[in-house]
Amino acid sequence: MSAIHPQLNARGELQHLLSLDGLPRDILTRILDLATPFTEVAEREVKKVPLLRGKSVFNLFFENSTRTRTTFEIAAKRLSADVINLNISTSSTAKGETLLDTVDNLAAMQADMFVVRHAASGAPYLIARHLAATGGDHIHVINAGDGRHAHPTQGLLDMYTIRHYKQDFENLTVAVVGDVLHSRVARSQLHALATLGVPEIRVIGPKTLLPTMVDRIAGPRGLRVFHDMREGLRDVDVVMMLRLQNERMQGALLPSPQEYFKSYGLTPEKLAMAKSDAIVMHPGPMNRGVEIDSAVADGGQAVILPQVTFGIAVRMAVMALLAGA
Amino acid sequence: MKLPDPKELCQRLADAMRPQVAGDTVLVGIHTGGVWVAECLHGLLGLATPVGSVDTGYHRDDHRLGGSLKAGGRPSHLPFDVEGAHVVIVDDVLYTGRTIRAAMNELFDYGRPARVDLAVLVDRGGRELPVAASWCPHAMKLPASQVLVLEKDSDGTLSFSLSEK
Repeated sequence: MSAIHPQLNARGELQHLLSLDGLPRDILTRILDLATPFTEVAEREVKKVPLLRGKSVFNLFFENSTRTRTTFEIAAKRLSADVINLNISTSSTAKGETLLDTVDNLAAMQADMFVVRHAASGAPYLIARHLAATGGDHIHVINAGDGRHAHPTQGLLDMYTIRHYKQDFENLTVAVVGDVLHSRVARSQLHALATLGVPEIRVIGPKTLLPTMVDRIAGPRGLRVFHDMREGLRDVDVVMMLRLQNERMQGALLPSPQEYFKSYGLTPEKLAMAKSDAIVMHPGPMNRGVEIDSAVADGGQAVILPQVTFGIAVRMAVMALLAGA
Repeated sequence: MKLPDPKELCQRLADAMRPQVAGDTVLVGIHTGGVWVAECLHGLLGLATPVGSVDTGYHRDDHRLGGSLKAGGRPSHLPFDVEGAHVVIVDDVLYTGRTIRAAMNELFDYGRPARVDLAVLVDRGGRELPVAASWCPHAMKLPASQVLVLEKDSDGTLSFSLSEK
């Protein structure tokens, strides 16, 4: 674990996947390239390849998740790994064990990879640093979402989806819409879009749901901020919707979900402002009638379910790359 | 050292294979050089079924050493039913036998062939696994420090290139 790039080892290879912030473009592109052949594994007679045969992958989900945990599990199993899902709510953590004690115990069980989701930003980094300090640096850590900080595999699968439908990133206008304030997905998306060279990145949302200095989030090149959704969606190629994270909200950030839908819900009428071949993405789970209208979610421009399928291949690529490092 | 001419070797390989090639025979080239040889043989043998290709990355035994996934983005492509077929795996150079082992594993992920043969242009010795070619028109002994690869130039001409590691 190097001090400057905690995700890279001394040879400059990916050792952990903690964040897309600062991840070099060539590594990002390499993961997307590797994911392409993995999409085809599901179509074989034998839906498994042996790259992680004999490896133990521990899914450590300190926060609830269905889609992410399941797709990580499928990805690891298609790579022939043994997957152990820890049900944290009924585990030692509930009895008072600290995070790092849990990690030490799992390391003593010869874990090879931790997939970590935690409500606290920085938890996966803490684990990676702890492993490096205790001689466990052969164990790889993948961040499956930490607090408001990052959700790198979601960001990667979103980039894979964009590249799949739009071929490259060079001439695109991409809008990220909604609750950016609470969204680790948005942060990972914005860093990746900037790294991959998307020329126009827009953020659309009410002032109360955008972080301060949001325009600097993706680096010095900046991005355009809109509070009027219709104006912000004009001529975009990609609309990336975010979930309204009611469970993370403290205080009155919004008048009501109905009011939010009126201003920032993606309806067919608002989507008509975008290019006619624009794609609509959503990381799930969707709040229908809050941030997205069912007519759009189930419409011809939505690529929300392909995102889930691509997510498996992208997570396979990340795990295969880490295991080979 | 004078290296053999791949075009001439392809011709001799096709002549050797012809008596044992039937209507249900399919050729599967190993990325990348093996695919070129398979395409050449396909024309010479006048086979109807298109050439398949396999990437051995998923099954290599040196993933931890960085051997797998080097090229990326090259899925295997088998445009026929592997189940019950007579498959000829085609490669440019036969060396340790590890690539062939990986190619057979990859092949079997798509079905159970009736019979599998191996056709290569050059056998350079140095086997580390019990693998033998069914047909091979040229054998030469090379030290482990040297790398023999098939190359294709812009006009499609194949040639061998020998270099030090």
